[in-house]
Amino acid sequence: MLEIRDLHVKFHNRDREAVSGVNLTIQDGEILGLVGESGSGKTVTAMSVAGLLPRRSCDYSGEVLLDGVELLHAKRDLLRTVQGKSIGVVFQEPMTAMNPLMKVGEQVSETLLLHTDLSKEDRYWCAVNALGEVELDNPEEVYHKYPFELSGGMLQRAMIAAAIVCRPKLLLLDEPTTALDVTIQAQILKLLKRLNESHGTSMLFISHNLNVVRKLCTRVAVMQRGVLVEEGLTQEVYANPQHPYTQHLIAAIPRRDRREDV
Amino acid sequence: MKHMSPYFKAGVLLTAVLLVLIIIGQFWTPYDPEAMSSAEKLQAPSAAHWMGTDNFGRDIFSRVIRGAGTTLGIALATVILSCTAGTVIGALTGYFGGRVDAILMRFNDALTAFPSILLGLVFVSVLGGGTWNVILALSIVFTPSFARVTRSAYASVRDANYIKSARLMGAGKVRILTIHILPNIMQVLLPALTIGFNNAVLAEASMSYLGIGSMGSLGYILSDAQSMLYSAPWYALCAGGTIVLMIFGVGLMGEGLQRGEGGRYA
Amino acid sequence: MRYAVRKVLTLLMTMLIVSFLAFLAFELVSGDAAVALLGTNATQERLEALREELGLNRPFMTRYFSWLAGFFTGDLGVSFSYKIPVSGLVGQKIPATLTLSLMSFVLIVAASIPLGMWSVRWEGRKGRVWRTIDAVRTTFNQLFMSIPPFFSGILISWVFGILLRWFQPGGAFPTPAEPGRFLWHLLFPAVAIALPRVAMTVRMLRSTIIFQMNSDYVRTAISRGNDRSNVLWRHVLRNALPPVVAFLAQTMAEVVAGSIVVEQVFGVPGLGRLLLGGISGRDWPVVQSIIVILAFWVVLAGTLGDLVSQRIDPRLRLGGDGE
Repeated sequence: MLEIRDLHVKFHNRDREAVSGVNLTIQDGEILGLVGESGSGKTVTAMSVAGLLPRRSCDYSGEVLLDGVELLHAKRDLLRTVQGKSIGVVFQEPMTAMNPLMKVGEQVSETLLLHTDLSKEDRYWCAVNALGEVELDNPEEVYHKYPFELSGGMLQRAMIAAAIVCRPKLLLLDEPTTALDVTIQAQILKLLKRLNESHGTSMLFISHNLNVVRKLCTRVAVMQRGVLVEEGLTQEVYANPQHPYTQHLIAAIPRRDRREDV
Repeated sequence: MKHMSPYFKAGVLLTAVLLVLIIIGQFWTPYDPEAMSSAEKLQAPSAAHWMGTDNFGRDIFSRVIRGAGTTLGIALATVILSCTAGTVIGALTGYFGGRVDAILMRFNDALTAFPSILLGLVFVSVLGGGTWNVILALSIVFTPSFARVTRSAYASVRDANYIKSARLMGAGKVRILTIHILPNIMQVLLPALTIGFNNAVLAEASMSYLGIGSMGSLGYILSDAQSMLYSAPWYALCAGGTIVLMIFGVGLMGEGLQRGEGGRYA
Repeated sequence: MRYAVRKVLTLLMTMLIVSFLAFLAFELVSGDAAVALLGTNATQERLEALREELGLNRPFMTRYFSWLAGFFTGDLGVSFSYKIPVSGLVGQKIPATLTLSLMSFVLIVAASIPLGMWSVRWEGRKGRVWRTIDAVRTTFNQLFMSIPPFFSGILISWVFGILLRWFQPGGAFPTPAEPGRFLWHLLFPAVAIALPRVAMTVRMLRSTIIFQMNSDYVRTAISRGNDRSNVLWRHVLRNALPPVVAFLAQTMAEVVAGSIVVEQVFGVPGLGRLLLGGISGRDWPVVQSIIVILAFWVVLAGTLGDLVSQRIDPRLRLGGDGE
């Protein structure tokens, strides 16, 4: 359903390409993990898919096809009909990614306002529903809260609710659990897995944390310095990493057995 | 300062031209600013009279240049006095903090909330008129804004590592306050100086326009010119335009200074 | 609600301090009110009698509190120059100044917010044309900021009064009894006050908006499919407002100062002329009353600004006074 062909992105104020020649596909209902250290181009890849590249300050080429529709060079008007409706995005830092002066629920229902003809009341109930779906207690109460009144984990759930409220085919998750502590991280991963199973939403999950990716993703792609160095089923890559960089990354995962050696 | 903003350059150029004209004007003007001539009254600007003449036949260019000198002098004296006083107060309260700081800053906030022209009027009415009293009054009015800027700058570097290391190396308080910190707050002090200067020009001109303040300054000339608005509109336009250019030049310098740091301007 | 109560209490405290300072200052400069009222060659007995009558022999604090009480009951003392109650004099002049100040304030808000939003519409475009447009815009903004309100007043009365004859400069000013003409004539000084202030507000709003445009939540809003005007009006504006509201509160104060000055340009019969007459005639009760009224106005504007900011940004309700 999503196909990235030979994507190149170079920012004007950088000498090196941020993404050079990435090819990726995501099947229906698949969760693809995109792994790499910061600056490896994984976020830029996701932003190119979401139509969030700062087009004026970078050169880009290649193709991004969502169900056959080209998005990378698409007009803004076309992009806006896809953003939020077919593609939902969840960002790393929920505290800053949410508008601090807008009620959480309004931010969830905004996507409905932009992409559906629902009445005000229907939008409200749809948003409350979505907040319930991401396992927030008292969704109606949460609807009327401001971001500063919620914890990081609750906010990230609300972010996810805002991203899925229009039932997008593709969910882009840019390090969605990095800012959260470990127990909440695990809850969010479980939630994402469940959403993937119940709605069949495809996901592109970006992380520098291989452990997290292993728990969630069926396939994994590894990026280094803008280049895709390895791609395959998660288990195979973990069991038998081909590229030295991947081997290096996997070796760096803290393991229980190793900790016992020390 | 390697990459000076074009705004800063334009501002410096404009200010320099005005400054040269004003300085020359203090020693020599094309005509005696007070000399009347019934043969030459109400003449529109020409080669002989660049800004024309008023209804007494006085040369407006000479009058405006002389008046601009008075305005400039008062504004400069005000800025120098209030910046010095404000920097000392701000440095001491910002660096040492504590109760005195809290009380002084409350007082400061109250004073800066009050429009400077009104405050200036109050002080002049209490102190009495005359050039020196106007300078004194305006200096009191503008000291708090400089104190506030310096205080926050000093408070923010108080615990910086380079200050701690200076302290560990045995530098005395005065040395730290002057040699170590002062150069580092220049980048906030310089824009504050341009704003302070412009506010001083504005306040002085407003007060003298109202007839409370210094005779002969641009504001006073402008109120004189207003009475001839029917017969000699160029008088008011030239006198007012000169005030605008003075403020504009320094304002451009401030714009350039603020854009200079990191590209974003506050 | 508790926030509002606390703000109002702070406001009352500040007013108390301000009034005390004003009373103290004028007590020090004004000298003997009895001499001022009766003249220097009045007899000792008559002076003493008047002092007794005015309560000048009472201790300082007693006089302060009775003056303050008088202030709230409308007894502002007796003018030295006119020998009539100050409250009457001031009451007569307040409508013009108040209307003028409010008019220019409304003009400033109504003009600067759309202009500020408009000025960031093309922000971020690259290339020579846009750089030139930005430079021209910045220069004009700076130029308008440089016009003193009394000079913009003179320009306006020259253009609209003398050249276009929309009103007669120097003519008798209409009274509030003719509301239509009164407001029409006040419009010109109101524009004169607003002109430079609009430029300042636009510049301030613009830089706040540009700062906000780089926030993460803007990217989130775009990712939902918002277009530029939605992002600006629905998301960015609200976040950019609190500092602007604080600036507008300061503007409320500046507008009054502006009208004191600009009233002289247009001959508006407001507090300005009374104040200036009082200063040059050393009519301290008048000066003192006007200054205290204006000071109250200034602190009131500040409090209103805080309350409005707090309505916009609910986080401020937690932060106390922000001190």
